[in-house]
Amino acid sequence: MIREITLGQYYKGDSILHKADPRTKILVTIIYIVSLFLAKSVVAYAFATAFLALAIYLSTVPISYMVRGLKAIFMILLFSVIVNMIFIPGRILINFKIFTITYEGLTTAGLMALRLIYLVMGTSLMTLTTTPNRLTDGLEQLLGPLKKLHVPVHEIAMMMSIALRFIPILTEELDKIMKAQMARGASFDEGNLIQKMKSMVPILVPLFVSAVRRANDLAMAMESRCYNGGEGRTKMKPLKYEKRDGSIFLATIVYMAVIVALRILL
Amino acid sequence: MSIILDNVSFKYKDSSRRNALTDVSLEIKKGEFVGIAGHTGSGKSTLIQHFNGLIKPTAGRVLYDGQDIYEKEFSLRELRGKVGLCFQYPEHQLFEVTVFDDICFGPKNLGLEEEEIKKRAEESMEMVGLDESYREKSPFELSGGQKRRVAVAGILAMEPEYFILDEPTAGLDPKGRDKVLKLLKKINQEKGITIILVTHSMEEIADYADRLIVMDEGKVKFDNTPAEVFKHKEELESIGLTVPFAADLTTDLMVNGFVPEGSPAITLEEAKAMILASYKKDR
Repeated sequence: MIREITLGQYYKGDSILHKADPRTKILVTIIYIVSLFLAKSVVAYAFATAFLALAIYLSTVPISYMVRGLKAIFMILLFSVIVNMIFIPGRILINFKIFTITYEGLTTAGLMALRLIYLVMGTSLMTLTTTPNRLTDGLEQLLGPLKKLHVPVHEIAMMMSIALRFIPILTEELDKIMKAQMARGASFDEGNLIQKMKSMVPILVPLFVSAVRRANDLAMAMESRCYNGGEGRTKMKPLKYEKRDGSIFLATIVYMAVIVALRILL
Repeated sequence: MSIILDNVSFKYKDSSRRNALTDVSLEIKKGEFVGIAGHTGSGKSTLIQHFNGLIKPTAGRVLYDGQDIYEKEFSLRELRGKVGLCFQYPEHQLFEVTVFDDICFGPKNLGLEEEEIKKRAEESMEMVGLDESYREKSPFELSGGQKRRVAVAGILAMEPEYFILDEPTAGLDPKGRDKVLKLLKKINQEKGITIILVTHSMEEIADYADRLIVMDEGKVKFDNTPAEVFKHKEELESIGLTVPFAADLTTDLMVNGFVPEGSPAITLEEAKAMILASYKKDR
């Protein structure tokens, strides 16, 4: 059951989106998020829908993978839709005794829900088509200018990729520890909340001990291979913009221009 | 009185590979000292986790004293008290502040009286050779061999009838290894506890076990006395295992006619006796 947890949710593929530079994907995703907040009219939303649909189509990732990401925000979605629906004043559509549903409330709630859904789908499209390592590489490059402000960009990126690398190792370890304690008669789903929390101690202590030990070992191994931070370090596969990145940017700029124009005109 | 695996097959959910176990049927009787060998990925770790219900087979049945362990009224927790399983890395199970408290964890889970728990913990500490001075130590400040003994004591304190150990000698120096193995033999002989020992080392099996199960690609390849199994030197080598040095040596001597034909020796002592006997005859 533990094995089902996956954070790096990369979906293997060979599409233009998979091949595109991670920096391109990060920037386009940010632009798309901004465009969602600029879009106010139904026409603008139609463009946003088309853009996302095209991206999903190009990515070859099954749409069910993106819908899966939506489950996590279902409660937030429901809550915001209901609140918007009830509390925005305007032309009354249906009148219950305690609350009223207005025409304005209904459209705001609808567009709000769409915006949330597109946000999640857009960002998960990025993580689905980019391996965690490429993603941190891209982030490191994009945040590069911050180095001038003494922000430890390389260190942050390194920490991210190490953390991602360790997730599967630690889940496997967790599985082994749980089995070792179950073999000693422990059970983790009995009793009330406090008892359940107490029963986690025999798992968490060995897990933390082992995580610290692994961190120590890794630090040693890195130092013995002369790692001393990002200064002067070159990459085996440096990121390079290709022609396809150009066309993706062009398409995104056109899309953004349309959204901005719609915002001004309508 | 036995554990029976009846046509057990198992497949890991997240793997598209072949079955981890295919149609395994075997019986572990009370009082035996069984060695389980096989190269990495042969399914031996998967196999032992079936004995105490940590893994549920995809097909087949597991019977403890003739009772299906997955029947509703059967208590898996009680079973785990009777079939003790000690994993390879003690680091995976030690968590308490003191050694003594950690050994008490198992018996506590069995719901025993306070007095009984203490008595059992003290007994098992003595059995594994940890004296009073270890009692209040933290399990995290011990050496590898000592940690392993604490882990073994933690299972022994549950007073199991069957005791499974997954590579209990890995990473130990020769002295520590002998200590652990001698302890197991003692438990087996004095208390009549069945020992199931998973190991890579055929020497260990030759010296201590009276039955050897060889696993290969999720199937039982051999299940016999070590002496019988070691006759199949070539087959063992083809699945990545070796025969003990003594068996290797005496087989070669037989082939070349230096000692009379027969079963190869499996321990160094037997090899010595065999060579001396034929040497004296020649003189």
